[in-house]
Amino acid sequence: MTSVSIRDLSLKFGALEVLKSLSIDIEDGEFLVLLGPSGCGKSTLLNCIAGLLDISGGQIFIKGRNVTWEEPKDRGIGMVFQSYALYPQMTVKGNLSFGLKTAKVPKDEIARRIARAAEVLQIEPLLERKPAQLSGGQRQRVAIGRALVRDVDVFLFDEPLSNLDAKLRAELRVEIKRLHHRLKNTMIYVTHDQIEALTLADRIAIMRNGIIQQLASPYEIYNRPVNLYVAGFMGSPGMNFLEGEFAPHGAAELSFGATKVPLDRYPFVSDERPSRVIFGIRPEHVTCGPASASEPFSTEVEIEVVEPMGADTLVWAILDGKEFRFRVDGQSEMREGDRVRIGFDPARASIFDAATELRL
Amino acid sequence: MADIQTLNTVAAGIDPVADRMSGPQGARPRRALSRRNIFLYGTLILVAAYYLVPLYVMIVTSLKGMPEIRLGNIFSPPVEITFEPWVKAWATACTGLNCDGLSRGFWNSVQITVPSVIFSIAVASVNGYALANWRFKGADTFFTILIVGAFIPYQVMIYPIVILLREIGLYGSLWGLVIVHSIFGMPILTLLFRNYFSSVPEELFKAARVDGAGFWRIYFVIMLPMALPIFVVAIILQITGIWNDFLFGVIYTKPDTYPMTVQLNNIVNSVQGVKEYNVNMAATILTGLVPLAVYFVSGKLFVRGIAAGAVKG
Ligand SMILES: Nc1ncnc2c1ncn2[C@@H]1O[C@H](COP(=O)(O)OP(=O)(O)OP(=O)(O)O)[C@@H](O)[C@H]1O
Ligand SMILES: [Mg+2]
Repeated sequence: MTSVSIRDLSLKFGALEVLKSLSIDIEDGEFLVLLGPSGCGKSTLLNCIAGLLDISGGQIFIKGRNVTWEEPKDRGIGMVFQSYALYPQMTVKGNLSFGLKTAKVPKDEIARRIARAAEVLQIEPLLERKPAQLSGGQRQRVAIGRALVRDVDVFLFDEPLSNLDAKLRAELRVEIKRLHHRLKNTMIYVTHDQIEALTLADRIAIMRNGIIQQLASPYEIYNRPVNLYVAGFMGSPGMNFLEGEFAPHGAAELSFGATKVPLDRYPFVSDERPSRVIFGIRPEHVTCGPASASEPFSTEVEIEVVEPMGADTLVWAILDGKEFRFRVDGQSEMREGDRVRIGFDPARASIFDAATELRL
Repeated sequence: MADIQTLNTVAAGIDPVADRMSGPQGARPRRALSRRNIFLYGTLILVAAYYLVPLYVMIVTSLKGMPEIRLGNIFSPPVEITFEPWVKAWATACTGLNCDGLSRGFWNSVQITVPSVIFSIAVASVNGYALANWRFKGADTFFTILIVGAFIPYQVMIYPIVILLREIGLYGSLWGLVIVHSIFGMPILTLLFRNYFSSVPEELFKAARVDGAGFWRIYFVIMLPMALPIFVVAIILQITGIWNDFLFGVIYTKPDTYPMTVQLNNIVNSVQGVKEYNVNMAATILTGLVPLAVYFVSGKLFVRGIAAGAVKG
């Protein structure tokens, strides 16, 4: 059963069309992450689902009910904001109970729900404090609690962790995941942090300029990006892109300059064979040293820059006159100027039409 | 062994690091009488004197009897302190027809100021809140009209308002003046509140909407408690502005309902008999006492509120 269903949603701010005929179906209990660069319309989409923005066209269904014209409170959603947005003059308890009091929920029921939320989020000792007396992580927990007490079907998160430091972010990330396992609510989560997206999501929607580029599982998005944009956006450091062309007469081979890559194991999704293509391979899919001999393709490159990053080392080399990055184990000894042998399996690569930028 | 010990201590004594530690350390000493300080305090003293000397003269004069004033030395302190002029200014000074001093004007002013302040601030704060947070259709047009209103000279509107008040039967009454003050305070107060409320994070407002709060609940429960500093600013602006008003008071009220400022003018400018400088001075101080008290009580809050309201346009 679909929990949230968005059909042909469009939204304009004056002449600026921020969301363009956007459709998504989100399953019951699914954790969907909206990922995209700043200004692509993620928050706008979330606000539309919450009913905080009036949409220009399309429909929104939550739990099978058309909520397109309904007030935020009637949609069965809870929302957590980036800046926490706790009511500063109220205690934590006051913050949690504000919505329930507004909805005229009986007192003992309010107490029961607050107790449960506080237990789930471990904020019991903080209930009498004001938001100013809390740390960032505690504030965000209270903000999540405020959505929790409303007993709703759908949780909306707008970059809830981006105001926190890296360590706390990692901790709360796990906590949100745990919360999802426990509550099994539908969650829609906006972020521009790839790690958050990959670790939390059942499915990721990559957005760009108000259009969803790809909506798929983290595995799919990472390994089989549908277009050049998604390929370049996911992964850090990003994918290596090499411009090339197919060998004539349909031979399963790609050539960039003098280098030739066999493609007999590449899983084509399209029958198109355009003249110019872009070949992408992730730095972590490149092997280096003796092991590369067993790969279907191998070649020799000269190392330009070495960036040790602790667990692994990023190596910048020149392949066919272009920059080429690959990742090696953090223990391996590499020096600028060395020549090393690298290889990869073209089956793990992605090939795009240079003109349409779509996956082949 | 002992030798090595001593050697170590000696070596520590000529440690280059220790040497470096003996240089400047901690807070830099400041000279009390630097050129900058002389200039700064000189200016401050000068400006303070500019405002305080007249006040001094007024207080001193108001405490003298008339014979002493006739001696002509306005700076000399009173030889014989008398509160006679104060009593007279408050209770028995004559203004044309009646002779009950400023007291009548004081109560009139209170009756004008209190409702005007409450009414104008109540309306303007809701206006500002609606403009900042509920971007309703035509909000920008409404706001522009309001701001243009702030720049139209009062004089242009005086006569039309006289007619308007006459038509609704409030001309000459205290309530007529209350309405006038509320209207003229509206543009600047709305601007003040709008700016303050738009500095409140938008997400807070959104959170309250998701929590199901409507227009008034968000206003009273979320926004109002956060806006106390700006309310203090508005109250001060309005109390002093309305209390000090003379023009509207003369035009829109009758002698019976004249505010304090108008009565002060009538006392000071009355042409019969001798000029009682001491009574005039006492009356003037009495009239200025309310705004003065407001500033003294709330000076700190005022500055804080102004700063808060100025954050965002
Ligand atoms: N109230 C508004 N009026 C006009 N334009 C707006 C308004 N709110 C957002 N926009 C525009 O809509 C676009 C999408 O904004 P949105 O806040 O959804 O981006 P986002 O994906 O959430 O970005 P970020 O990651 O920085 O939060 C931006 O170009 C922004 O300038
Ligand atoms: Mg955003």
